[in-house]
Amino acid sequence: MPQARFKPGEKVKVMQAYPLGHVRTPYYIRGCVGEIERLCGSFPNPEELAQMRDGLPPQPLYRVRFRQQEVWPDYRGSASDVLEVEIFQHWLEKA
Amino acid sequence: MIPRSHHDMGGLPAGKVERTEHDHAEWERRVDALAVLMGARKVTVDERRKNIEALPPEDYERMSYYERWIVSLAQSLLQRGVVTTEELARKMIEVERRAAG
Amino acid sequence: MSKDDDTAREQGKYQPLSYFQLMEVTLRELLVEKGIVTEEEVQAEVEAMRRRTPERGARVVAKAWVDPQFKKRLLDNGSQACTELGIDVAALKLVVVENTPQTHNAIVCTLCSCYPRTLLGIPPDWYKSRNYRSRMVREPRAVLEEFGLKIDLQTTIRVHDSTADMRYMVLPMRPAGTDGWSEERLAALVNRDSMIGVAVPRGMRPAGNG
Repeated sequence: MPQARFKPGEKVKVMQAYPLGHVRTPYYIRGCVGEIERLCGSFPNPEELAQMRDGLPPQPLYRVRFRQQEVWPDYRGSASDVLEVEIFQHWLEKA
Repeated sequence: MIPRSHHDMGGLPAGKVERTEHDHAEWERRVDALAVLMGARKVTVDERRKNIEALPPEDYERMSYYERWIVSLAQSLLQRGVVTTEELARKMIEVERRAAG
Repeated sequence: MSKDDDTAREQGKYQPLSYFQLMEVTLRELLVEKGIVTEEEVQAEVEAMRRRTPERGARVVAKAWVDPQFKKRLLDNGSQACTELGIDVAALKLVVVENTPQTHNAIVCTLCSCYPRTLLGIPPDWYKSRNYRSRMVREPRAVLEEFGLKIDLQTTIRVHDSTADMRYMVLPMRPAGTDGWSEERLAALVNRDSMIGVAVPRGMRPAGNG
């Protein structure tokens, strides 16, 4: 079972890839840098479950916090506004 | 649409949110129930989502929420071999005949 | 025979089934014939879902407002806290996010329509709509204003995109002037939209925060 590699507060970058298949990492967040808000736990991989496989071993899932101004170049709002997205570990790299 | 799937719409330009609500029809509630029951029998929400995402964009847009669900559930059951296309066809004809009274 | 069919026949009106309604009947009958589900199970699940309404979430919010220890447990493990109140949330993995004067939370599922259904029931149409799903992550303040909620720039907006296994509920701020209220009376203030984050509870001024 894959170990949880990241800790809350750690800076991570979302892999900038556009693969085919069932993906739960939204298009808009790929390539963005954020910080780990928490480890949610480990869950079967939805990309594999979608293909009628069992998605095991469970993969670590994190809530990752991004500053809106760093996600959208034209973001108009507070500099402190954030966007929190659940992302599986295999989509994350140390930033 | 490759590489960005039609359902993956976060951040795209869009219009004002229409605050529509509707009382769900019985058939829609039964679709919901079937999806939950089949989920307990290992037909995962992930498979159903994959099948919804595979709908042609025009169908995705014009179909209502539960219309997408029932189609994706049917596709999932076909993929798993729980039902066959022939079984669907024969049953659909039977149901239509019965409904026409 | 469904209630819809019975009603249609009583009215002497034949409503032809749409393709999708036909598919629902077809799948259900095939699954029953194959012994995979029973009609009773389908009806029982329909009824169970009908009983799941936002009032359940409102009870949880009201309890959190009056009981600081419960609130702490709720923020720590949302699902477990619900079961403390006798609310069966099945397999729900609930994360409760708290509104404060400094922070306003709002929930969206850009990829489909993930929502804490086993607590709050079926989500509203607009939550599943293209416009909400597209814009809420990118221009939450504009969307909230369309809902009649203007959040000042001193308050941080935290948008949660439910992309995976967790489901989210907002714990709204308790309206002023409700000291000493019973949980039941407080719960009546908590509307569904305040638990999604596009509104504040009844009895709160929608402009600004608090």
